Amino acid sequence: MQVTLKIFRYNPQVDTRGHYETYTLEADENERVLDLLELVKGHHDGTLSFRRSCAHGICGSDAMRINGQNHLACKTLVRDFGAQITIEPLLGLKIIKDLIVDMEPFFDNYKKVLPYFINDSPLPADGKERLQSPKQRARFDETTKCILCAACTTSCPSFWASDDYLGPAALVTAHRFIFDSRDEGASERLKIVSETSGVARCHTVFNCTLACPRDIQITKAIGELKTAIITGKLD
Amino acid sequence: MNLHQFDVVVVGAGGAGLMAGLYASRGANTAVVSKLYPTRSHTGAAQGGIAASLGNIQGDNPDWHTYDTVKGSDYLGDQDAIEFMCHEAPQTVFDLENYGLPFDRTPEGRIQQRNFGGHTNNETGKPVPRACHAADRTGHMILQTLYQQCIKNQVTFFDEYQVIDLLLVDSKAAGVVALELATGELHTFHAKAVIFATGGHGRIFEVTSNAYAYTGDGAAVVLRRGIPLEDMEFFQFHPTGIYKLGILITEGVRGEGGVLINGKGERFMPKYAPNIKDLASRDVISRAIYTEIREGRGVDGKNYVWLDARPESVIKYAAQDGRTNPDGSPYTITADELLKKLPDIVDFNRVYLGIDPMTEMMPIQPTAHYTMGGIPTNKYGEVVIDDKNTVFPGLYAAGECACVSVHGANRLGCNSLLDILVFGKHSGLRSAEYAKQTDFEKLPDDPTAATRAQFEALRDASGTENAFDIANELKNVMFDEVGIYRNEQGMRLAIGKLAQLTERFRHVHITDTGSIFNTELLNAWELGNMLEVADVIAQSAVNRQESRGGHSREDFPKRDDQNWLKHTLAWHRNGKVEIGYKPVVITKYQPKERVY
Repeated sequence: MQVTLKIFRYNPQVDTRGHYETYTLEADENERVLDLLELVKGHHDGTLSFRRSCAHGICGSDAMRINGQNHLACKTLVRDFGAQITIEPLLGLKIIKDLIVDMEPFFDNYKKVLPYFINDSPLPADGKERLQSPKQRARFDETTKCILCAACTTSCPSFWASDDYLGPAALVTAHRFIFDSRDEGASERLKIVSETSGVARCHTVFNCTLACPRDIQITKAIGELKTAIITGKLD
Repeated sequence: MNLHQFDVVVVGAGGAGLMAGLYASRGANTAVVSKLYPTRSHTGAAQGGIAASLGNIQGDNPDWHTYDTVKGSDYLGDQDAIEFMCHEAPQTVFDLENYGLPFDRTPEGRIQQRNFGGHTNNETGKPVPRACHAADRTGHMILQTLYQQCIKNQVTFFDEYQVIDLLLVDSKAAGVVALELATGELHTFHAKAVIFATGGHGRIFEVTSNAYAYTGDGAAVVLRRGIPLEDMEFFQFHPTGIYKLGILITEGVRGEGGVLINGKGERFMPKYAPNIKDLASRDVISRAIYTEIREGRGVDGKNYVWLDARPESVIKYAAQDGRTNPDGSPYTITADELLKKLPDIVDFNRVYLGIDPMTEMMPIQPTAHYTMGGIPTNKYGEVVIDDKNTVFPGLYAAGECACVSVHGANRLGCNSLLDILVFGKHSGLRSAEYAKQTDFEKLPDDPTAATRAQFEALRDASGTENAFDIANELKNVMFDEVGIYRNEQGMRLAIGKLAQLTERFRHVHITDTGSIFNTELLNAWELGNMLEVADVIAQSAVNRQESRGGHSREDFPKRDDQNWLKHTLAWHRNGKVEIGYKPVVITKYQPKERVY
């Protein structure tokens, strides 16, 4: 079928503002939007620039706005959108070139929540793994799935208003460790996310949950953080 | 000039690079330089698990793991290195858990393990649960956990810097030159030790499970500096990629009981691997699928077969195979349980095919997956450059881009995640030690000269050739003629075609003249790497006149230990590929017939 792609273009060395270019292609309805971008770059305009790597929804490189909503370009197919597809960069992060945005503020926020396992207690005497029951493991399973694609954070109006809001992805990361029974950094992290740049900025808009390509129930996870802060208990 | 000085520079930030960075930084001033943000690295795509003989479900031991790996390698693996890796495995997995990795758990709270191809109880010959897993996203969890540990330990990163050249002074490593993608500026990293952890090159094949990033950069960079590559003819085609897309469906599906069915509805693996059937080694299964398709038993006569993971099928075939639970009761599983163990697989099928693997069979075909060959190293990650394993001072390699060799002619599933961690760690430790005992070499006067020359050649190319088209022709010829089954005529055709493509590449037209995220220039440079690496692969393949592991020749169908029990070394010298050999290290296991 014939597909018309309207793609946002911006060359920082030449343009003062962005503009849209239109490309028409023959495409199969099972092709990924990423495949179309590669075709445009390969045959129509080599200057088109975008990030991508794994091409199957795992690495998180190619999050972008497709027909106005955040998606991974490699995990969405032509048949999900039809013959008219508009492709734009993520919102809320500075546009560097075309569909490439500055990810530094996003990763800076990630680093603020102590995004690493904290346990200074002695290791098990048998030199093996710390024990964890299947039930304890299941408690934080969802938030381990995050691929740091930024689809959630850049769909959040609170983040658009101010990028010092930690944002959904950083809060999901905090959740992953706080609810991991082996981790001992819960109170430190809860303190961080209870500051004004933390969970209080979540107004349960739910854009994040809709945008997440890993089906993480982000708003629910942030809600669990809020409950933990208010009650002083994890469960 | 953008000049940085570090004792150790790690190139690549996947599992091997992060491990190297973590361990090197404990003893030396270290930087990790990667063309991607670390969490985008291809380690994150690994699904099934990491192999270690913990014995949490059933009795197991590192010697069985060693033997399985040696046999899996079709006796080309270096047995001292394999023994080393398999004995390090349990501690490696415990270290991961201690770093916080969220492994799935047994009811007793221990790390969960599943069956996987080629991993057996050496006494009974039956599959043993050796693959330690986190759902079907073990690679993702390893990548995240290691990156998190690097953040905790304040490892220095240079993200989105593409290393273009290796600097050598007096036959010692002296650093690298990299392009900063965000600005187009060149950076010189002056170092005492350089560790390459740049991954593989599956993107030279048309149907692949590999990321776009996998263009053999590290291999090409060292090749250009006169370092040989080892065993490049051995490339693994993973049996189960989604038909046409090449997206990986983990072996773990077969570990949980899934089976392969041909177009006639027959479970065909018992014909080819009577003992462990669908859990045989990957090269055996890929050849079986290819043979079924070639003999007309693909689905609707097309080139794919089915992977059946529906609970009722799993239970039926488990009963046929006499598979039991640890307590002896017949193995059963529900759709819910399978869904919990393999959530990403269910997701891929839903998104890309619109099918539910719990109620429908998955269409699969072999997909280009992993290179057993690479930059030759010893078991400490030191690069060795000849048949006497002479160490090249200051140069290290780890992960898929290296060849230790622990995988020989074919890699077992779950051994790569193990490989990258063990040799990532040891190359990190070794390089830091080396840095303590060495001074910096004096840098050449114009360190970025070779790099600038490469880019000038690309930018100034007077021509109208299209890099995208050249790349597609490369992928087609490699998949068709240097793929699962090879023969003299086909490989010679490929070599001729590669020469043509290489000549056309010299006239590629780059339309993007900018310096900020010039991905067109970068893609073209990567294409140059792929052409060079493909040439080495095709030449090494046509040279080896036997079949072994992942290298199968229709014209030389048997394994020939008498003449070919040796590693291939390949240099790019004097304008051509020159081949040499080095001996295989055999300690305990004499080669015998490889039957599954």
